[in-house]
Amino acid sequence: MIWFGAGLLLLIAVTGAAVVGTRDVTNQVLALGFYGLLLALMFFVFQAPDVALSQITVGAVALPLMVMLAIARMKFRDQIKSAPLGSKSSEGCRD
Amino acid sequence: MTERARNTLFFIAGPVLFFLYGYAALNLPPWGSYRGPYGDAIARLVVYQRHATDIVNAINYDYRGFDTLGEEFILFTAVLGVSMLLRKEESALTKPAGKLSDEVALSGAVRAVNLPALLITTIFGLYIGLHGQLTPGGGFQAGVILATGIVLIYICENTSAFWRITSHSIVEVTEALGAGAYAIIGIIPLFAGLPFLCNFIPLGTTGDVFSSGTIALISASVGVEVTASFLLVVYIYLQEIIAGALSEED
Amino acid sequence: MPGILHSLPYFVAGWLLLCGLYGLVTSKHLVHAVVCLAILQSSTYMLLLAIGYRVGGAAPIFADISTSKLVVDPVVQALMLTDIVVEAVVVALLLAMVVKAHEKSGSVSPNDLRTLRG
Repeated sequence: MIWFGAGLLLLIAVTGAAVVGTRDVTNQVLALGFYGLLLALMFFVFQAPDVALSQITVGAVALPLMVMLAIARMKFRDQIKSAPLGSKSSEGCRD
Repeated sequence: MTERARNTLFFIAGPVLFFLYGYAALNLPPWGSYRGPYGDAIARLVVYQRHATDIVNAINYDYRGFDTLGEEFILFTAVLGVSMLLRKEESALTKPAGKLSDEVALSGAVRAVNLPALLITTIFGLYIGLHGQLTPGGGFQAGVILATGIVLIYICENTSAFWRITSHSIVEVTEALGAGAYAIIGIIPLFAGLPFLCNFIPLGTTGDVFSSGTIALISASVGVEVTASFLLVVYIYLQEIIAGALSEED
Repeated sequence: MPGILHSLPYFVAGWLLLCGLYGLVTSKHLVHAVVCLAILQSSTYMLLLAIGYRVGGAAPIFADISTSKLVVDPVVQALMLTDIVVEAVVVALLLAMVVKAHEKSGSVSPNDLRTLRG
């Protein structure tokens, strides 16, 4: 059990570096969701079920959702500014 | 400072921090050898003093209930800040007529699974919230689960139903009531001469759902507040996008 | 070698702290900076968890085990719960500020937003 925990810790270190290294923001949201799930697994392995439940609901559901909403709102603003008033422009970025 | 100066400063200070931290970490007691008396003392006492079996919840809502009161007001104030930052201004850009992007039609399977998934999520959220003092869970987790159940409605493309639920003023009222209920549960013992946030309700038998006094009440009020806060944040972020999409369908 | 194995979680927490700081310092997109702040905060969870862990200890829930068993430290887990809530709240508020800055200035890179104006 202790070796499983040690391996999980190394995996978390690698995933944390991967989340930071992902420069494209939309891809980073997915990496953040995976990182949150991995953290929740670590809390569960180290006998902290209450914290694991909290981390799943917040760090793997609520946090990526809020980041995606912010990105969507910024893209919406860009689309409004770039599409001229009154035209039917059918090429925008599809989120 | 310029970007180069910032990077240089970080690459000097970063390794110094890592080496000092590494030296300190090597001198800590080995990992897994917890000897501290406080945790063991609380673990012995909680079941007898509070008739609750979930120690972490009992600590959060009873022994350190004052810190959780502060945390609830942090949540409340942050939602207030978000709503003030992103409020509608008069000079808002108007949305041009016509669709902005090609919408890919959502598959029928996702729409069909909307109602069963919402049902299961709501029941699961209520279960976690009510059994906070017995098994892992509690008010905060239940609040987020219930709120994501309602966001599920928006994801399955029932935008008008989502708009009707979250744009109603009852969401703001519920949030304020949840935050206030916690403070009121704390103030009531003061009238009887007991300390603030004292557990003054009869404790019940261990293992029952209605046990452990004010822990269950505080948990419920926190759950109500967190649900409303989360829905309010999602509504504020999506305000412009949904309002534009809904006015198009008319 | 035994030294590193005895303090592996502390080293991983320090590594996550440095990764988050590096991402924050060299970030070119404000939302990327906010997510790196979330990684920074998660390093504190790791540190708190490692302090309270006891090898062979059970989870601090006495619903199905007898009260005489040794459990891991529950006080530190209560601190972690508050920490997770505060992380979500801070990220929500920072993202609102990022959206507002993008609205006012049109750009989303930290290097373009260096001077404070009215």
